[in-house]
Amino acid sequence: MWLPIAFGVLFFLPVGVSAQTTNSCLDCHLVLDPPQKVSREEAAKDIHFQKGLNCTSCHGGDATNDDPNIAMGRAKGFKGKITRAQVPALCGSCHSNGSYMRQYNPSLRTDQLSLYVTSVHGKLFAHGDTKVAVCVDCHSTHSIRPPADTQSTVNPVNVAETCSRCHGSADYMKGYKIPTGQFNDYSKSVHHEALAVRGDLSAPTCTTCHGSHGATPPGVASVSAVCSTCHVFQAQLFDASPHKAVFLAMELPGCVTCHSNHLIAHPTDEMLSTGAGSVCVKCHLDGDAGFLAAQDIHGKLKKLEAAISRSDQILDQAESSGMEVSQARLQQAQGRDALTKARVTIHGAQVEQVNSDVQTGMNVAEATYQAGVAALAELNYRRKGLAVSLATIILVLIGLRFYIKHIESPSTARHGDSST
Amino acid sequence: MSLSAKVRNWLDERFVWSELTAPLKKKTVPKHKYSYWYFLGGITLFLFMIQVFTGILLLLYYRPSSNEAFESVQYIMTRVKFGWLVRSIHSWSANLMVLTAFMHMFSVFFLKAYRKPRELTWLSGIVLLGLVLGFGFSGYLLPWNTVSFFATKVGTEVAGQVPVVGHGIMVFLRGGEEVTGATLSRFFGFHVALLPGLATLFIGLHLLLVQRLGMSVPKSVEAEWKTLPKERREMHFFPNFLLRELSAWYVALAVLGALAAIWPWGLGVKADPFAPAPTGIRPEWYFLFMFQTLKVLPAKLGPLDGELVGILAFSVGALLWALLPFFDKDGTNRPRRWIMGAGIFVLTYMVAMTIYGYFAA
Repeated sequence: MWLPIAFGVLFFLPVGVSAQTTNSCLDCHLVLDPPQKVSREEAAKDIHFQKGLNCTSCHGGDATNDDPNIAMGRAKGFKGKITRAQVPALCGSCHSNGSYMRQYNPSLRTDQLSLYVTSVHGKLFAHGDTKVAVCVDCHSTHSIRPPADTQSTVNPVNVAETCSRCHGSADYMKGYKIPTGQFNDYSKSVHHEALAVRGDLSAPTCTTCHGSHGATPPGVASVSAVCSTCHVFQAQLFDASPHKAVFLAMELPGCVTCHSNHLIAHPTDEMLSTGAGSVCVKCHLDGDAGFLAAQDIHGKLKKLEAAISRSDQILDQAESSGMEVSQARLQQAQGRDALTKARVTIHGAQVEQVNSDVQTGMNVAEATYQAGVAALAELNYRRKGLAVSLATIILVLIGLRFYIKHIESPSTARHGDSST
Repeated sequence: MSLSAKVRNWLDERFVWSELTAPLKKKTVPKHKYSYWYFLGGITLFLFMIQVFTGILLLLYYRPSSNEAFESVQYIMTRVKFGWLVRSIHSWSANLMVLTAFMHMFSVFFLKAYRKPRELTWLSGIVLLGLVLGFGFSGYLLPWNTVSFFATKVGTEVAGQVPVVGHGIMVFLRGGEEVTGATLSRFFGFHVALLPGLATLFIGLHLLLVQRLGMSVPKSVEAEWKTLPKERREMHFFPNFLLRELSAWYVALAVLGALAAIWPWGLGVKADPFAPAPTGIRPEWYFLFMFQTLKVLPAKLGPLDGELVGILAFSVGALLWALLPFFDKDGTNRPRRWIMGAGIFVLTYMVAMTIYGYFAA
């Protein structure tokens, strides 16, 4: 993947704020053919250009001189094409310099290069493999945007695609002996859905688990640590569970053993069952303690789910009949919370703990169901009351009609109609 | 002597009761094919009395603050014995009252009952209709739910569009620049003190005028009676007309009870002033024709803002409508035909725009 960076990192155009008013580089590079060509639009969006840097900041030379021989002369420090081998050091010459970077962005970290050398990319690079990712592969060359920019190649929403440009190419990754289906798997995962579909920027992408500049695959021992940065309770319960020691002894990679790594689908209660979709039966044999516990826990979760669903149905029925059941609805949320909590508690693999949460939920579901029953009974009572009231009103109306007829009859016309 | 006669005598000795009831005994009501329209005013009065009664009951539990209003209505509907019925009847009755008030107005219009000497009766009726709409607008916010909150926001914003005084009116209605708890307190004050006081005053005036001037007879019936005096029919107000009116009230009560029991008035979700306005927010049905008109008007109509043109048109229209008796004097038929055409147009427009507003996305 030799990128067309023959002319290095920056050929910026004088648009917006620039420390330099003339730039002789552009006289030629605006009209040259690719890859030497630079575009005004591309460069205008580059953070370096916006901060006042220009072509010579990376490529050297003298942009104020119109004579190409002088402007791109060795005497003026012209470096010409920046090779891939030169890129990390060139970028690091500024980005690792805290006092220099502070003038532009005091909060920006300056450990990117030191992290890079510890990464798999950096280690291979140090051994002369220039095919591995260097700064420009992820950040681009002449249109580098800050990560917070949604169009940046390293914005959380775009990171997976950026990584997949290399890691998704079987051809490019040939020789590294690692799979290339990660992006495909991740695209189907619950994490991708949260990030790309729901727009939850806190959802993980490649760099969340692997690191960015220090990118490395988490080993068996560190998988739980990686997942636990977000899934705190699950990790704590797992650490205290009997599974922890067994997994370590069997060298099973913690969370990934049941949930997979890149293709992490929506967890289902069936994963805890002993039937189709079960992950427990991968290790537990029919009839052993773990098998029976899984069966028990799965049954209880299903029971609570069914109880909540039953309450929802009766509350829906009452609500669609115009009954006020918002308080029961509010209470029902506590039942759902209990179910969610029970689904978290299963990571401790302790049946009693799960039972306790399930029982809390069952109590709530029963109370809300009874509220629904009471609402429907009240509805029935109201309808009966209405029928009695309407019957009474109709009787009174009939009585009035007869009375009016009576007082207006010729024999009692004393108060009746009168023609004038 | 029967018990009722004894009571009558007792009252007569103390209040000269027979003198008070004498005009009632003499009072008559014309009887013709349009007589049924006379009941609409009485039904509106009956619904108003229902509103006063149920409103007083609701006042025992309702708390007019943004923190407690929703919860207090929820409490009324779920915990207070028959609270659901009282609140549902109050809400349904309010809507029926607006409907019967409009029907009463249009029946008076089409029977031309506003003619001299009943101009003041018409004017006081128009004021009463305005008060009824005011009751509806102020009462709508009181449960402090999402729909009422945003509908009030939109409604007061529309008031704010009126040139020169609009912003002042909006701030006055809201009790500030935004719809807040201050708006709720203010609307509560309007709903339970100011408007009932004014309504009682104008209902008194309206009834006094009806009492003094009697029921109007449509021109066509009057002409018929002039030609055939033997056809002239009247009934005593008491008890003949009153019993019929009472029957109409019973029918209204039955409809009200059925609506409240079969479709109890919902409460919705508590208002969150910081949440974005939900889609499809619209006012109560009786403001829908105006709301929909303002919605379909283009942003600019010539040099003027479209919404402003709409508001001005409605204001001028309402003023002309109120002054109708002064335009429609006896004389040539031409202006009267024109007025009748305008009335049909107004009614058709209101109904059509309300239906359109209801079904529009």
